[in-house]
Amino acid sequence: MSANSNQRPETGAFFARDRAWHAPALTPEYKTSILRSPQRALLSLDGTISEITGPVFGHSMIGELDNDLIHNYARPGESAIGERIVVHGRVLDERGRPVRGALLEFWQANAGGRYRHKKETYPAAIDPNFGGCGRAITDDDGHYAFRTVKPGPYPWPNGVNDWRPAHIHFSVFGHGFAQRLITQMYFEGDPMIWKCPIVNTIPDRAAIEQLIAPLDWGQTIPMDARAYKFDIVLRGRRSTLFENRLEGN
Amino acid sequence: MVQELHRLKETPSQTAGPYVHIGLTPNFCDIRGVYDNDLGTAMVNDQTLGERIIIRGRIFDGADTLVRDAIAEIWQADGAGLYNSPSEMRGAADPNFTGWGRCPTSGEDGYFEFETIKPGKVPFKDGRLMAPHVTLWIVARGINIGLHTRIYFSDEAEANAADPLLLRIEHRQRVETMVAQRDGNIYTLDIHLQGPKETVFLDI
Repeated sequence: MSANSNQRPETGAFFARDRAWHAPALTPEYKTSILRSPQRALLSLDGTISEITGPVFGHSMIGELDNDLIHNYARPGESAIGERIVVHGRVLDERGRPVRGALLEFWQANAGGRYRHKKETYPAAIDPNFGGCGRAITDDDGHYAFRTVKPGPYPWPNGVNDWRPAHIHFSVFGHGFAQRLITQMYFEGDPMIWKCPIVNTIPDRAAIEQLIAPLDWGQTIPMDARAYKFDIVLRGRRSTLFENRLEGN
Repeated sequence: MVQELHRLKETPSQTAGPYVHIGLTPNFCDIRGVYDNDLGTAMVNDQTLGERIIIRGRIFDGADTLVRDAIAEIWQADGAGLYNSPSEMRGAADPNFTGWGRCPTSGEDGYFEFETIKPGKVPFKDGRLMAPHVTLWIVARGINIGLHTRIYFSDEAEANAADPLLLRIEHRQRVETMVAQRDGNIYTLDIHLQGPKETVFLDI
């Protein structure tokens, strides 16, 4: 990728994934996982070229409003209803290095907690000016930012009275397909986070806290939008010291 | 005390949920006008080199019910066995082939489908050639962390028999869970998330 052209190409395999840090496949309190969780052991293998490579997305594919959910679905001159916020942060790898050119796609419910989706059944109102999707590509420093409205919490059919805390879904591409990640961001101070069966699929409290974005008062834009900061860490890769190189490398 | 490694922890995965289409394939779920096209729908163009094929598959849950709300992504080498990626050091891949595709499973018959080309062979870490394959990644409601597997090709029996990854599968009858069956130019594979036909998933 162009942003990377004067960097040494990354050809190392990724650090083994710490599966104890992630949710296990089977988490019965989140009922849908019961029939959708593999039961056999995963086949573990050090990454090959098929996993250490990955697709590249250029900044040129990003439209002007792609990172502005307040306006990217709104009628001209109108905007989405809700608390205006900026979400920003950096994409880093486990070694703390910025991941440049990472494509992030995000999606969320509107301010009332309603998704624009045919399977959605919550009676909260649709906002005619809110679609709920956006995307951004990180800069050379690994930084991204987008503007949106704060999503509302909503009920979902799992337990009799389960509600999702306010959250934004993130899909992230790093530089290798083995880094592919989908996660959810929560908001500092929300008491519903700790009641959520999906949040609680993650066994380690510190891991859950890694998904909670703090209010970023410094980045808050006066008289306009509050800011939340959400850093994302993708798998790190080994430097290829003393490793046999692939043919032609 | 020793020095600090200063390693960060990977951000924990969370399920893609039931509304994943809004974020990844908005046009597919009738959110029009935000993006011109859904990403990953076109892997090839008129100039792409290699044998044109279609890869399609379905995903079944542990009750043998179709998973109709998943998203499948594939990543593969070009016809000459080169990846369209900056980490590819062996040469330049076909500029007319992205190598990456994304497709939701159909809300009706449950199929995902990719119009692509048959990938060439790429080397394992020790230089042995792996059998032609496509990397497959699946996310859906109820899946807490994306599932990686590979799709191999039924007409590559000899290469499959020598493939370093397939050789690692202890229960040999499970090898076929990763092999798509050819019919004309269409390869078809059913993915089983659990049960006796559970697909071999990878920690890779």
